[in-house]
Amino acid sequence: MTSGPASLLSAQVRAGERSAVEVVERHLDAVARIDPELHAFVTVLNDGAVAAAAAVDTVVAAGRDPGPLAGVPVAVKDNMCTRGVRTTCSSRILEHWHPPYDATVVERLTAAGAVVIGKTNLDEFAMGSSTENSAFGPTRNPHDPSRVPGGSSGGSAAAVAAGLAPIGLGSDTGGSIRQPAALCGVVGMKPTYGTVSRYGLVAFASSLDQIGPFARTVSDAALLFDVIGGHDPMDSTSLDRPAPRTATVVGDGVDGCRVGVVRELYEDAEPAVRAAVSAAAEALAGAGAVIEECSIPEVRHALPAYYLLAPAEASSNLARYDGVRYGLRVDAPDVESMNAATRAAGFGAEVTRRVMLGTYALSAGYYDAYYGQAQKVRTLIIDAFRRTYEQVDALLGATTPTTAFAIGDRVQDPWAMYLSDVFSVPSNLSGDPAISVPFGSDDAGLPIGVQVLAPALGEPMVVRVGAVLEAAAPPLGQPRLADRALLGGSSEPS
Amino acid sequence: MTARESQPATARGYEPVIGLEVHCELRTETKLFCGCRNAFGDEPNTNVCPVCLGLPGSLPVLNSKAVELAMRIGLALHCEIRPSTFHRKNYFYPDMPKDYQISQYDEPINVGGFLELPDGYRVGVVRAHLEEDTGKTTHVGGGGRIHDAEYALVDYNRAGVPLVEIVSAPDLRSAAQARTYVAELRSILVATDASDGRMEEGSMRVDANVSVRAAGSADLGTRCEIKNLNSLRSLVRAIDYEAARQAEVLESGEAVVQQTRHWDEKESRTVALRSKEEAFDYRYFPEPDLVPVAPDPQWQTDVASALPPLPAERRARLRQLLGAPAAPGAPWDPGAPPTAAQEDQIATVVEHGLDELVTSAAEDGVAPSLALARTANEASADPHRARGLDRRAYVSLLEMEERGQVTATQAKAVLAELLERGGDPVDIARRRGFEALGADSLAGAVAVVVGAHPNEWERYRHGEDKLAQFFIGQVMKVTKGKADGKTVVAELQRLRG
Amino acid sequence: MAERLTREDAAYVARLARIQLSEEELERYAEQLADVLEHAAAVAALDTEGVHPTSHPLPLRNVLRRDEVWPCLDRAVVLAEAPAAEDGRFRVPRILGEPL
Ligand SMILES: [Mg+2]
Ligand SMILES: [Zn+2]
Repeated sequence: MTSGPASLLSAQVRAGERSAVEVVERHLDAVARIDPELHAFVTVLNDGAVAAAAAVDTVVAAGRDPGPLAGVPVAVKDNMCTRGVRTTCSSRILEHWHPPYDATVVERLTAAGAVVIGKTNLDEFAMGSSTENSAFGPTRNPHDPSRVPGGSSGGSAAAVAAGLAPIGLGSDTGGSIRQPAALCGVVGMKPTYGTVSRYGLVAFASSLDQIGPFARTVSDAALLFDVIGGHDPMDSTSLDRPAPRTATVVGDGVDGCRVGVVRELYEDAEPAVRAAVSAAAEALAGAGAVIEECSIPEVRHALPAYYLLAPAEASSNLARYDGVRYGLRVDAPDVESMNAATRAAGFGAEVTRRVMLGTYALSAGYYDAYYGQAQKVRTLIIDAFRRTYEQVDALLGATTPTTAFAIGDRVQDPWAMYLSDVFSVPSNLSGDPAISVPFGSDDAGLPIGVQVLAPALGEPMVVRVGAVLEAAAPPLGQPRLADRALLGGSSEPS
Repeated sequence: MTARESQPATARGYEPVIGLEVHCELRTETKLFCGCRNAFGDEPNTNVCPVCLGLPGSLPVLNSKAVELAMRIGLALHCEIRPSTFHRKNYFYPDMPKDYQISQYDEPINVGGFLELPDGYRVGVVRAHLEEDTGKTTHVGGGGRIHDAEYALVDYNRAGVPLVEIVSAPDLRSAAQARTYVAELRSILVATDASDGRMEEGSMRVDANVSVRAAGSADLGTRCEIKNLNSLRSLVRAIDYEAARQAEVLESGEAVVQQTRHWDEKESRTVALRSKEEAFDYRYFPEPDLVPVAPDPQWQTDVASALPPLPAERRARLRQLLGAPAAPGAPWDPGAPPTAAQEDQIATVVEHGLDELVTSAAEDGVAPSLALARTANEASADPHRARGLDRRAYVSLLEMEERGQVTATQAKAVLAELLERGGDPVDIARRRGFEALGADSLAGAVAVVVGAHPNEWERYRHGEDKLAQFFIGQVMKVTKGKADGKTVVAELQRLRG
Repeated sequence: MAERLTREDAAYVARLARIQLSEEELERYAEQLADVLEHAAAVAALDTEGVHPTSHPLPLRNVLRRDEVWPCLDRAVVLAEAPAAEDGRFRVPRILGEPL
């Protein structure tokens, strides 16, 4: 079983070999040096993080258990509420909003001894696949700063890839963890819908949103998932049972596992990506898995269905940004025009586009043709996956059709941008877990991610398969924008 | 005064058809989707949290007590309890924190019941569903009128308070019947402890759907919905006004336009609300933050068996006390049927939840008709205090009246003081000098009066009963009001033989 | 299948969504939304006769909370975030329309 930097760091802090304050300051220092160019963070918690680390050290000194993530710095996507620390969703409309409460995942991180070092950049309200839709400017890909890190959790992916934090949190509504993980060369997992509380996650599309981990190793991702998962009475859609444990099974291998390689999840990808999927399948076979070619034609309907369902829910979730109770207000003589002017000024183009699309899909006369129909297609996709899982234990495909594209490339053509999510969206519709693991690179040295899917609560399966792929993956070059020493998992300051 | 008010719809040959939507706040400790206190009259914006303020990231969690109270209401209205889901009703308004209301739309918890009016008429209940209340807006400047206001202030204490919306079928045919329906519904809500039913405090709010049709026709006309009916009085006036208005529109050969109208209490008329063309595009869709509610049979049985006796049953019990049939149309029992006045008294007693005063007095041997009359006519003036009245003191007062120790007028005065301050009715009567005449001195007074009016006595003796009033008056004069009318009549009858 | 979304549709939707847009923006959004909806047409054309709509991936039911009071937020903290407040309440410009 491989250990990642997070497990190493927490072991050292727990053993009293290093102080949490030193670990956190070391990472804050890296952020200060690298982030001005990378722009992974919207807000860095310099003082707050050091104070939190000091509290962990106090616990260690007192001989009490500081938790499984003792002193581990975490990069948290800026759509998760942090009490007293501004939470912007990378939107003008929430630029100065300070939540009076912590998201459940943030509470759990703190209880586990982890230290939130900053809030990371995203596509505004998590709507996008490149982090270019941030009101505060794009995040860059650490492997090539002229390219996007993917999105919408591009900030967390880039921060982890660049060594600025060993682990991070993202949210995945249509691929927003897995797609940037693939483009930045890190591990990203979308858990089963209902295993991680959404309380305090600013909603994009409620029936699809799910928080999940970023890490540089599968075992670190598993460790983080085990900390944040589990029932939360504050979220009615939280499964009322313990989340599956993953950290203890990461090294269990895939001997005898049946893995289906899904044609629809790689066919239309560019050649280097297709090649990576084939190589990944061979690696699994080499580790004892039974590989089967399979086809799930319904998956082709996932993207259009998603682009009706998600905007519809979003149009309702984002209605509350009206300039009345918090956030931006643009003054106007009456409340109706104040609402309209505030929302026009506060929302960027992509958010406006999706709110309008979703409003349209729900409006009188169109509901059945669009929203209602997309919900039925969702049923077809769920049923198709269920039938497939009667034959196999896990599925393999590409995470994204292409490697990281250049900043500005797709901003003019919404559908071209939406196509980035074509392989990731099906798992959001089905609610099932999926992980993206780095598997080599293209000719330009840009990371490629392969995706492992499993039925609901199959997190142990996806981390097992993911760990085998991780061990077999071709080497990936070091990112250009990074703290190399921190990437090495070294305990030595550079 | 307009022509409309002087000529109601019925006088023009039109029949009003009325359906009511009643919103009632549930008596829970906390709000529908969060643990903030459900309280009236607290400092603004003190009972708020991330959930009921609609803060980004917050999520609703359903209050089980609200579901239970909704079921109580449904069962009391003979509804079927169904698996239900919540929807979002999307529209912008500053008193609604999320700019959508969470409400049960196409799968409500209660469907297909009825409410039986005191006269036995059944009004269909289409549905009774759960939803959240909004905050409270105060318009500032411009004399408090919305359109002239300079700005508005919003308090979210009420936002998220649980409501049950009870939708009747269009079965009501007059404003008076609508009033009776609301009064009866209020009694049911109070009896089941589901709501306090206070219209003045806004915990019960009524919207009326009104249309008219030619008398005798079975068709339904185009309806208008009237909002802002916050008392039984406005309900009656608004419906009468609106029915007359529609009758006038139809009479003049025009068509009624379907719209939402507002009852303007000051102007005594309904006015059309400004409504844009998109006003009704609520874009309902299933609330993804909540899961379906399907109370299992055991829970339903538990709630049903814990239901207290409902007003209809309680009225039957009071009728029985009077020796009357248990329900209108039921087989005839020996004994006198309740008079119309007594039916009203029974309705009043039940509406105010004062049955216990009547039944306990009757059990102690007081004449049920007397207990009923005092409770309905006097005690119900202050129902809250009446419910807290000491039973023994009340019975003792009624006994004094029965024995002629105090007159009816004196008994009412003692009761007023009992309600106000409590105490022993005997002491109160003594302190106030309410020593009614003893039987002997009363008989003496009657004899004196009879002797002084021989002609009237002859006529009375030959069956002219109405002269009893004359003798009562004379006896009162002689005794300076200390005689009891009924005792005087009894003495007259004894003398007559 | 529905017809291609028009500028008027976009204007209606912008009003419903309470977003103030210029003529030029309406034109642009109408184009882009129409394009996206064209891709969605593939879904709209599918035969889904007899298929149940899924609004939620979970089979959960009856998730309920006990009727117990929890601590509320401090009003000063709440109003500190308000764009305008007065007298312990949120202040907004005058309201033209009635609640619907
Ligand atoms: Mg309603
Ligand atoms: Zn609350």
